[in-house]
Amino acid sequence: MEQEMIPPGVFPEQAPEKKHHKIRLHFTGWNAVTLAILLFFALFFVYPLITILAKSVYNFDTHSFDFTQFNEFFTNKYGYYQKTVWNSVKVSLLSALIATTLGTILAYVLCTTKIYGAKIIKTILLITMVTPPFLSSYAWIILLGRAGIITKWLNTIGIAYQGIYGFSGICFVFSIKLIPLVNLYVSGALKQVDKSLLEASESLGGHGVARFFKVVLPLILPTILASAVLVFMRVISDFGVPSLIGEGYRTLPTLIYNLYTSDVQENEPLAATICLATIVITLVIFLVQRWLSNRKKIAMSALRPIEPTKQGTVVEVFSHIFVYILLALLILPMFIVVIQSFKDSTNVVMSGSYTSQNYITIFTTSSILRSIGNTFLYSFIALAIVILLGILISYLSVRKSSHITKFIDTLSNLPFIIPGSVLGIALLFAFNKPPFALIGTAAIIVLNYIIRRLPYTIRSSTAILHQIDLNVEEASQSLGANPFKTFFKVTIPMMMPGVMSGATMSWLSIITELSGSIILYSNKTKTMSIEIFNAISTGAYGYGAALSTLLMLISTITLLIFFKLSGKKEISI
Amino acid sequence: MSISIKIDHVVKRYGDNTVIPDLSLDIKKGEFFTLLGSSGCGKTTLLRMIAGFNTIEGGDIYFDDKRINDVPIYKRNIGMVFQNYAVFPHMTVYENVAYGLKQRKLPKEEIDKKVMDILDQVQIANLKDRLPSDMSGGQQQRIALARAIVIDPGVLLFDEPLSNLDAKLRVEMRLAIKHLQNTKKITTIYVTHDQTEALSMSDRIAIMKHGVIQQVGTAIEVYRTPRNLFVATFIGLSNVFNGKIVNTSGVMGVDMGADGIYALPNIDDKTKVGLPVKIVIRPNELTFSQRTTNTIRGEIVEKIFLGTEMQYTLKMADNQLIEVHNDIALPLHEVGEHVHLDFNHDIINVFDANTELSVMKKA
Repeated sequence: MEQEMIPPGVFPEQAPEKKHHKIRLHFTGWNAVTLAILLFFALFFVYPLITILAKSVYNFDTHSFDFTQFNEFFTNKYGYYQKTVWNSVKVSLLSALIATTLGTILAYVLCTTKIYGAKIIKTILLITMVTPPFLSSYAWIILLGRAGIITKWLNTIGIAYQGIYGFSGICFVFSIKLIPLVNLYVSGALKQVDKSLLEASESLGGHGVARFFKVVLPLILPTILASAVLVFMRVISDFGVPSLIGEGYRTLPTLIYNLYTSDVQENEPLAATICLATIVITLVIFLVQRWLSNRKKIAMSALRPIEPTKQGTVVEVFSHIFVYILLALLILPMFIVVIQSFKDSTNVVMSGSYTSQNYITIFTTSSILRSIGNTFLYSFIALAIVILLGILISYLSVRKSSHITKFIDTLSNLPFIIPGSVLGIALLFAFNKPPFALIGTAAIIVLNYIIRRLPYTIRSSTAILHQIDLNVEEASQSLGANPFKTFFKVTIPMMMPGVMSGATMSWLSIITELSGSIILYSNKTKTMSIEIFNAISTGAYGYGAALSTLLMLISTITLLIFFKLSGKKEISI
Repeated sequence: MSISIKIDHVVKRYGDNTVIPDLSLDIKKGEFFTLLGSSGCGKTTLLRMIAGFNTIEGGDIYFDDKRINDVPIYKRNIGMVFQNYAVFPHMTVYENVAYGLKQRKLPKEEIDKKVMDILDQVQIANLKDRLPSDMSGGQQQRIALARAIVIDPGVLLFDEPLSNLDAKLRVEMRLAIKHLQNTKKITTIYVTHDQTEALSMSDRIAIMKHGVIQQVGTAIEVYRTPRNLFVATFIGLSNVFNGKIVNTSGVMGVDMGADGIYALPNIDDKTKVGLPVKIVIRPNELTFSQRTTNTIRGEIVEKIFLGTEMQYTLKMADNQLIEVHNDIALPLHEVGEHVHLDFNHDIINVFDANTELSVMKKA
């Protein structure tokens, strides 16, 4: 397609020797695709974000610039908004610190020490990674809440424990929940460290702790920083956990949600301003991380990756204790949810007899069945578009590299740093009136899914395309296949492993998406995660737990199918 | 279906960087033609222009009488073999080889016959249903070779096809390629930096440097009568001596100072007397001499047994090191010995020290 010739006589005046000075506009198929994708992002991503910016500084009723909401934001006499910002930053920083530290140690231990059951542990870590965080906070409330099992037990032995709510509760849930994510990233980096580096260090007298800090840590520091930022982003943009376990502890997403649900028209500019503030924070963090890791960038590729070896008894014992405790903390919430789903739906936690009533409820209540149906319908539509866009965008940015295609690549990865609540509000503001009156439709939910979860697929598609030798595509063309056929018969089949890995991650995070869709859903477009969240926050623990179990089951099965099909025991993110 | 190729004043530029300034070549129908040069000399760039992967900034390329500058790759009917094999990893050996035939919309039975035929010829028919991923480099390159030949291309293009193979496989594949080319008589352009490959396989060789062809000729021609000093030193091993042109009683010759004056009747008679020259003598053209006057002198500093030959390294009076290869049957010399050397006056080459062009009589 890119080889299309200009028909003779189109530019009759053009002197041939000047040819290379003129920009020749080939209107080829790929240009059309580039344009279409650019339009897609302009309309469904850039325009909504601009709407937020506009709403925060411009009054559309009086047609004038209006900064009163900034005034309110900065000078509210109770410090209401500033305090929320500070709350969010505090909870995100602390969670990032704890989860990154523990996750890094876990990755290092799993990488260097022989742990009994390491294979199954790695699979379990991945499964816990793909369950939504709000389910964990729900489970922890059952255990450590005001009427929680452990709380009650503590109270009976005379400890006046009030339950984990507020700041410490949010931090606790995230610090544990996000360990597998950090582990996955850091393990990836550790795999790139050549064993000979450790041996060299040892031969020079550096071993144990000294070796870790002097040799290993500097090598994987950029990755650790990147995963810390990832944890920060996850925490600061999460809506489910703080709204379930935060109680009075307000964070930015819950504030945005409350402003939105309070249904006061005047709150729109204020909501926009808070969204803007959130984006500023995430952007700053992101840029600082980029700057730091670019300064410390070390290219590595291991011929002999580090392998787990036998360590001293003390090290082994402590390593096992450490790994198994973390694992228990990660599995426990899932386990609790499953047990809860078989309890009768009286509000008494973990008491009463076992029953299958909750499952009968979810499979006989038409609104719940619809939410299950919606989840599959929307996620598959979104996934189809995500795969299509993922393939096209990665191909454009790798094989048809230009300023425009690079720009699209950057743009499509930007949602990584835009919190779901913010994107939800942005879509809401942008498409609330004709010609784009999408509020309450399935389309806006699907759009939210696509924009938010596309980066996973683009990343892994781009990564695999970089590994595919251009010569293979050239060989296809030399054998008589035109670029179009080559793309479908050679390029796409070769990209498939990477695309499917990213698409699996995209899909798993679509079916558990909450922050954005909680703002965009209507009664008809409820999904499972919304249904679960509503059930839990209204105290309908029984069928909420059953639905949660179903969601976890779907995620786990998907992951296991992916492992089976790809023949690997890992997934890239 | 084999074609002739005419390359007419082609230019290749990347931005402001000119890789090939002005290059012309005629490749005959059915010929095995090699582009030889070290990396960065523009040989692969030229090959990729012929294939259609690179744009042509100036001049024309013709397949027979047809100008193909603007013909897309997939319509050029070429068979290309890459250094890294570039087999399709998601297709079986059979599917790889059938790929080009399917593009040509041949009937199924014909595809089947052609594929099985060629797989037999490259001796991988037993692997036809396997995926290439776990195959050896040699087997993968056989797939690539079969895939390129089966479409009956006008020209076969090879881009350093043997560079990734180990020494033994390289010799094996060299024979396989040469054998197929001989039986099918397909015009072939072969890019390599390996002169053994070039000399042993080619009908003609073009030696390239900085995007310019230094010499085109048969293997014997470029070895025996190099056009310039670069070709003389690039092909085979060479010792280079300094000297100047003399005329000794009507016969042209060279004056090598302390190392003697020699009459060399093959030097062009029109060469100016007194012209500074470089004299290129290959290690196996030097012989130990009983004479002690008018000889090249040196001290043996190293002696290495090469199998059929003994390699001596000699230090000359000006500390220059030269190499001498002598048949193992001849009397041996020891390290530390001061020796006299003579050479075959009829087959050595002399070059103008400034222009580096040959001053020998044209054949």
